[in-house]
Amino acid sequence: MNQIATSAAPPLPTATEKLKFYGMWVTAAIVLVLLPHVLGSGGSLTTFSLIGISIIFSLSYNILLGQTGLLSFGHAVYYGLGGFLVIHAINIIGANKLPIPLPVIPLIGGLTGLFFAALLGWVSTQRSGTAFAMISLGVAELIASSALILRSFFGGEAGVSANRTRLFKLFGLGFGPQIQIYYLVAAWTLIAVIAMYALTRTPLGRMCNAVRDNPERVQFVGYNPHVVRYLAFCFAGFFAGIAGALAAINFEIANSAYLGAAQSGTVLFAAYIGGIGFFIGPIVGAIFVTILSLGLSDLTQVWQLYFGLIFIAVVLFAPGGITGLLMMHRPLVKAGTLQQVLPSYLEALMPTLAMLAGLVLAVETIVHYTVNPGDDSHIKAFGVSFDAASPYIWAMSAVLLVGGFLVARKSWGRVGEAWDKAGAVPREEDITA
Amino acid sequence: MLELIVISTLNGILFGMLLFLMASGLTVIFSMLGVLNFAHASFYMLGAFFGFQISRWFGFWPALLTAPLLAGAIGVAVERFGLRPVHRNGHVAELLFTFGLAFVIEEIVQIIWGKSPVDFRIPSSLDFPAFTIFSTNYPAYKMFMLLVSVAIFAGLLIVLKKTRIGLIVQAALTHPHMVAHLGHNVGRIFMLVFGVGTALAAVAGVIAGPALVTQSNMAGLLGPILFVVVVVGGLGSLPGAFVASLLIGLIQTFAVSMNGSLSGAFGPLSPAYATTWLADIWSVTIAQIAPIVPYVLLVLVLIFRPMGLLGTRDT
Repeated sequence: MNQIATSAAPPLPTATEKLKFYGMWVTAAIVLVLLPHVLGSGGSLTTFSLIGISIIFSLSYNILLGQTGLLSFGHAVYYGLGGFLVIHAINIIGANKLPIPLPVIPLIGGLTGLFFAALLGWVSTQRSGTAFAMISLGVAELIASSALILRSFFGGEAGVSANRTRLFKLFGLGFGPQIQIYYLVAAWTLIAVIAMYALTRTPLGRMCNAVRDNPERVQFVGYNPHVVRYLAFCFAGFFAGIAGALAAINFEIANSAYLGAAQSGTVLFAAYIGGIGFFIGPIVGAIFVTILSLGLSDLTQVWQLYFGLIFIAVVLFAPGGITGLLMMHRPLVKAGTLQQVLPSYLEALMPTLAMLAGLVLAVETIVHYTVNPGDDSHIKAFGVSFDAASPYIWAMSAVLLVGGFLVARKSWGRVGEAWDKAGAVPREEDITA
Repeated sequence: MLELIVISTLNGILFGMLLFLMASGLTVIFSMLGVLNFAHASFYMLGAFFGFQISRWFGFWPALLTAPLLAGAIGVAVERFGLRPVHRNGHVAELLFTFGLAFVIEEIVQIIWGKSPVDFRIPSSLDFPAFTIFSTNYPAYKMFMLLVSVAIFAGLLIVLKKTRIGLIVQAALTHPHMVAHLGHNVGRIFMLVFGVGTALAAVAGVIAGPALVTQSNMAGLLGPILFVVVVVGGLGSLPGAFVASLLIGLIQTFAVSMNGSLSGAFGPLSPAYATTWLADIWSVTIAQIAPIVPYVLLVLVLIFRPMGLLGTRDT
């Protein structure tokens, strides 16, 4: 009884808690401002812009998956439509010399996303669970295929392009150089992240969680789960539209790939790998996935295969994602028993890394023989050169793979034992995360 | 006109039966395991590529037999070592696992067989016209495809209606928990059902491979249509999947063979609108919009019958 009473009316935050909360956002803003001064090369500015866009997109996706429990396979529709509308808007505004500066343009993308989410969402959100997933996939295919038919609007395979520098210049900002685009993206990212965080704190955000956990009970309380799902869907569409608009401004082009299944899959990967159970999860996932996809493609030909394998590994072994894994240790840190599990981690890490090295070696060797069989057999992957034709390499990859797997299985069992012991302390002291 | 109708009906039924070969496995797996296998179309693709490789080494007939067995064995392994551990994390995790699997299978197929279509030919013993109808030669291979899919359909019907295992599967379609309570080895039945379901998809792949294009994107092209079939038919309903398969097969085949457009029916658009996006809608032919017809059907069915045509179960 006591518990219900306290959870219904949480105590007002103390001054230190408030300071901590607002300090976090101020720190984030300062970091965003200082980032280009620390790592200011052209390439990293582009990377930061992409990460910012990806953060907004992943967080908007998590309004659906993490907060409302709606697994969507077609979230890129609202991202892409936002992008297309913004490109057309820039062209129209530029041609008519309307006094609308670039910084407010992403709002057009957001409203586009909102409009289409409101239009398509009512039918989609009638069902939840697996049916919703399939419907979102069908609607996404419908829009993506239509985009190839309506050529004059979507520009066919080539897409539509625009020139962002021809717009009305506010304070002399032309938005030609990447640094200005970075600050535009950073500002919008901060605004969108704060807005989406605020959304989770509203009664609507709470009802979304309730609909995710127990829709039947929500009905008993007097809410319509369909309406709650629909509202969440509209908000997700709005923020996805903003992300799409920023992407369109960044690249100055929108094409049918923006709307496609691959884009929807990427945002799902990012949100899930980061962890859908925490607000910060998709942010971590967006950073991780963007850097991974940019970095891996330099290191190996078949980076998408590794990408898919990482995703499967997360689904299998860490359903809470990266943040879920880290947050799992909070009770241990609080109880001071973290050092009990760390040695077992080190012990398990060695054979696991050996197994992964064996796997990578095997994959790269196979790739050499199937993708480019005629080439020189001395190949380079992940910065390491080796001879794919050598039987030693084959033997080594087999030994690493099988041996690593056997030892790793045993040592992960030991990690479990260490966890049981270390986790018992916070449980006894009644410390939760 | 009559010629068009007869040929399109034949082709439509053929495509519908192929869809049903896959949709039946998908539906039974969904009903029993509660997970919609996102990678189902990937097993269809694996069937086609295994069929291509084996028919190159040993000929088409051994391929028709062994490729589905191979794909089915992979399906069994996926269920045992992938889906079963994920099961405790809930249905979303299971669906995501199969989603990742579909992604990885496509990458692996691209690594092994490349991105361009492979040369999977119709076996010479079936490469002749079966009959001539209104001056069109109807290929024997298509009749063979129809025969195989109808035979498997009949076989499935007999297994489901007349055997003990069929009885259990049928019971699990409507009362999955009760079946478990009755003391059947649910784990083994799941594994078997998953294996048979994926093997059926692979059969569809082997026989469709030579007639359609065998390429690494074939799973991505067919997968969404397959999901439309099971949602339109009603999730978890086998008769629904059958009706929806034939419906979508026929609609799409007829749409492809029709050339009408709004401008054909009402005359060309006035020149004032010729460069606007309205011109696209005005001049697009029915054949061009054929790929989106199943999705339009999906949206319509969802508006008027959210459970699907013959569906009774909410997910």
